[in-house]
Amino acid sequence: MSLSQFIPFLPEIFLAVAGFAILLAGISLGKRGARGLSLLSLGSLAVTAILIWVVGRPVEGAHTILGGMLFVDTFAVYFKLLTMTASGIVLLMSAGYLERSDYSPGEFDALILFATLGMMIMASGANLVSLYVGLELMALSQYVLVGYFKLELKSNEGAVKYFVLGALSSGVLVYGISLLYGALGTLDLGAIRAALTASDTVNWTLNLGIILVGFGMLFKVAAVPFHVWTPDAYEGAPTPVTAFISVGPKAAAFAMFLRLFLGAFHPELAQWRIVMWIAAAATVIYGNIAALTQDNVKRMLAYSSIAHAGYALIGIVAGTAMGLWSVMVYMLIYTFMNLGAFGFVIMLETRGYAGERVGDYAGLAKRHPGAAAGMLIFMLSLAGIPPTAGFMGKLYVFSSAVQAGYIWLVVIAVVMSAVSLYYYFRIVVEMYLKDGDEDEPAPLVRDRWLDAMIGLCVFVTLFLGVYPAPVVGLAQSGVHALGLG
Amino acid sequence: MEFLQHELLNIICYLPLVGALLIIFGINRENTKAIKAVATVTAGLDFLAAVPLWFLYKPAGPEFQFVIQGKWIPSLGIQYYFGVDGFAILLILLSTLLTFIAVYSSFTAITHRVKEYYVFLLLLGTGMLGVFMSLDFILFYVFWEVMLVPMYFLIGVWGGPRKLYAAIKFFLYTLVGSVLMLVGILALYFFNGPGLAAIGLKGLGNPATFSIPHLFTIAPQIPASLQFWVFLAFFIGFAIKVPMWPFHTWLPDAHVEAPTAGSVILAGVLLKMGTYGFVRFSLPMLPKATLKAVPWIAVLGIIAIIYGALVAMAQKDMKKLVAYSSVSHMGLIMVGLFALDPAGIRGAILQMVNHGVSTGALFLLVGLVYERRHNRMIAEYGGLAKVMPIYATFFAVMTMSSIGLPTLNGFVGEFTTLMGIFKANWVWAMFAAVGVILGAAYMLWMYQRVFFGEVTNEKNKDLKDLNLREQWTLIPLVILAFWIGLYPKPFFNRMAPSVDHILQRVERATQQPNEARQQIAAITKTTPPSAAPSQGE
Repeated sequence: MSLSQFIPFLPEIFLAVAGFAILLAGISLGKRGARGLSLLSLGSLAVTAILIWVVGRPVEGAHTILGGMLFVDTFAVYFKLLTMTASGIVLLMSAGYLERSDYSPGEFDALILFATLGMMIMASGANLVSLYVGLELMALSQYVLVGYFKLELKSNEGAVKYFVLGALSSGVLVYGISLLYGALGTLDLGAIRAALTASDTVNWTLNLGIILVGFGMLFKVAAVPFHVWTPDAYEGAPTPVTAFISVGPKAAAFAMFLRLFLGAFHPELAQWRIVMWIAAAATVIYGNIAALTQDNVKRMLAYSSIAHAGYALIGIVAGTAMGLWSVMVYMLIYTFMNLGAFGFVIMLETRGYAGERVGDYAGLAKRHPGAAAGMLIFMLSLAGIPPTAGFMGKLYVFSSAVQAGYIWLVVIAVVMSAVSLYYYFRIVVEMYLKDGDEDEPAPLVRDRWLDAMIGLCVFVTLFLGVYPAPVVGLAQSGVHALGLG
Repeated sequence: MEFLQHELLNIICYLPLVGALLIIFGINRENTKAIKAVATVTAGLDFLAAVPLWFLYKPAGPEFQFVIQGKWIPSLGIQYYFGVDGFAILLILLSTLLTFIAVYSSFTAITHRVKEYYVFLLLLGTGMLGVFMSLDFILFYVFWEVMLVPMYFLIGVWGGPRKLYAAIKFFLYTLVGSVLMLVGILALYFFNGPGLAAIGLKGLGNPATFSIPHLFTIAPQIPASLQFWVFLAFFIGFAIKVPMWPFHTWLPDAHVEAPTAGSVILAGVLLKMGTYGFVRFSLPMLPKATLKAVPWIAVLGIIAIIYGALVAMAQKDMKKLVAYSSVSHMGLIMVGLFALDPAGIRGAILQMVNHGVSTGALFLLVGLVYERRHNRMIAEYGGLAKVMPIYATFFAVMTMSSIGLPTLNGFVGEFTTLMGIFKANWVWAMFAAVGVILGAAYMLWMYQRVFFGEVTNEKNKDLKDLNLREQWTLIPLVILAFWIGLYPKPFFNRMAPSVDHILQRVERATQQPNEARQQIAAITKTTPPSAAPSQGE
């Protein structure tokens, strides 16, 4: 193994170093310097992105590096850039929030960077071991981030629940991996795919391994029945963290999911498809129904994010090239619209957990018409109403499933997405249709960085709703990497 | 001029949007005069921009005219594709006229949150017009859903006491219907293309497209089983919109709670979208399923006619009465359409316009008296003819138009429709005619109770009659009612080619499949080259 193999890995190495540097800087700064550290972290993400462009991109075709541990392909680049963008937006959104809190920003930013590093490895892992290492790096950073408000009971509760269940699911995942290794004698994704393609007998050890890995992945994307940690973790975590874990790690988990199930395990599609079908249907139904009765906006968005994982799973059930790129597009669109919605929640949280109840939004349209219009767009997009990006995302995913013949699954999904309008519009009702004269709405935080990030999300949500072609082109270029093209 | 004519549909569709943006970003919310002026001018210009369609449309020309076609989302073969036929032109003119009237009639009725009100009203205009112009299924679907949002706000913000309930009910009902329609659209799309693998449905292998004219040409090749399911999906979407019994329950709520202008648009245009969908998509694209569905839809339609009329008769609230009369009238239109007879379809299409005119006007009239008294109960009134003679005259004309008195529009529409129904099945015609008689009964009875006799209620003694602006909101509709009643030929001329095309397509389905292919070739010659994609096999 020559040293030149490390060159495409430079972005990750740089990010790790930058993370430690920011951690150290944060310790010396204490509770000060939230904005400076955010900018510094954002800068290191930007440098990492440039490095990916310079050395980490598959110039002469897709290949593996570091002894077959990591892929260098367009699929990996797509998800790396997507998760880094999500992290960058969260960093800028959280700066003001951390300033207002009693907690130091250094560790926060460093943990976000470490989680991002884990996500990058998940996006590019070519071996079950490297994938697992990336997943754990991401997950451990998240557990700490959820419990970041260490003096808040809710934050601790969420962190403990998340950690215990997360550890359990990691165990399941590793057990599945061990069964796969026992059955096939390899952990390399390419070799697994080749072995599965070659064999035509049903091997139950193998299938059990695949199913257990699938369960682990379903936990990470918060699909039913492995979703129980989500509402508590989302509610308890500081809102920027909730915003973060609802998009970046979900996108990374879907990257790994796609890499495994539409890549390595694709030859066994007929064996695992029914499991995913049931999971997708249950997730879409349960997520949307449970969200209907939530009075806490963060819990509601938690169930909504469960439902959105269900929509994305439908693309995996389709199991086609279109299913693959539609999920990739969906994760990008979901990232922007969900971050925007959470950005708005941050805006309302002047301190502590204020502004989390649906009723706190009463009469906002009158006082802050611009902010309310932004939230309206995110709610429409999450519900999948055109001309917003959410509609286009759903159109692609549902199209892929109809093409594959899973019409009943799509019928369930579209009816449930109509149901989802009801709870998204509870916020709209409060903002626009209630006067809010009796109960004063929570005052808005005026934070330019936050405003700018929400503005960016609004722009992307509307732009991709009217003209999604460029993102589709990017995602389609990632299809060949998985050998589905 | 060339450019203007080529871009005509774009101009008509997006002019209200431009007006809305102008109001959002250009005018302070306190400056209500400027807001009203901009909204009125935009809506008025939009109507004027739509008038050339009436004169420039050539009934002998290609099926779809004023075509604008371009790529939109190439990965799925979605196009930006506008075009209109005579049928769509009638509905576009109606929409632009009613939008203008809705804006013009709201000056005094809406006093709070004026800016948002006119923005939503104009956005609604763009959404409605896009629906009638789109020749790409996804484009159509986008406009179809976009339109729900402003309507939701119009009911929810400026509506009556139960506005929240009515608004979300309207939104959810129509949304459930339309998402199922989307699944049907996707199934057709993949049948035209690669097929639906897992259920073993082989596709035609044509290039991927959502082009509506192209889907017309493959209609005979669609197997009956697929037609059935797609028809069902479309049916739910359109039947909720019409609304057909038993999907009508959102309508009385929405109508009663909506502000006057909202009701006018809802009755005048939004309900027509359901029937437009049946005429444009279900009949010509799914002819085999249509033939099977005829008796079912006829029965549902007849139930709607009788039920709507009987419920209307029992209403104490004028607005609710008019709302239930809509259920009855729309039932007649549905039976007329599914009689699958040239007269029935022509009459039904004309009746769509008529219903927009007369019911729109009735909602305006009820709104005018509500503005004065804040009460719509029939029992509160009596003898209004003495206090408000001009108002009573307008109301009388529109009542007569609604019940189908000769020389007014309702007569021509109802008579032609009934004639078509009679040719298809005389029993249906009998029931439908009973509905027309009941319609006369409840309308005249209401008129009698509100306008005749002595003024019994003290509060009504010094009600002001209509002022000039209020009269002008009604005069265009009165003119239209007389015009259609006395000289409907230009209307029939413009819709004739559309009706012929629909019936040809339905009839083709009953013929031999190998003949069908020649028929497609014949049809593609009559459509513009761009609208007839290659015939794959």
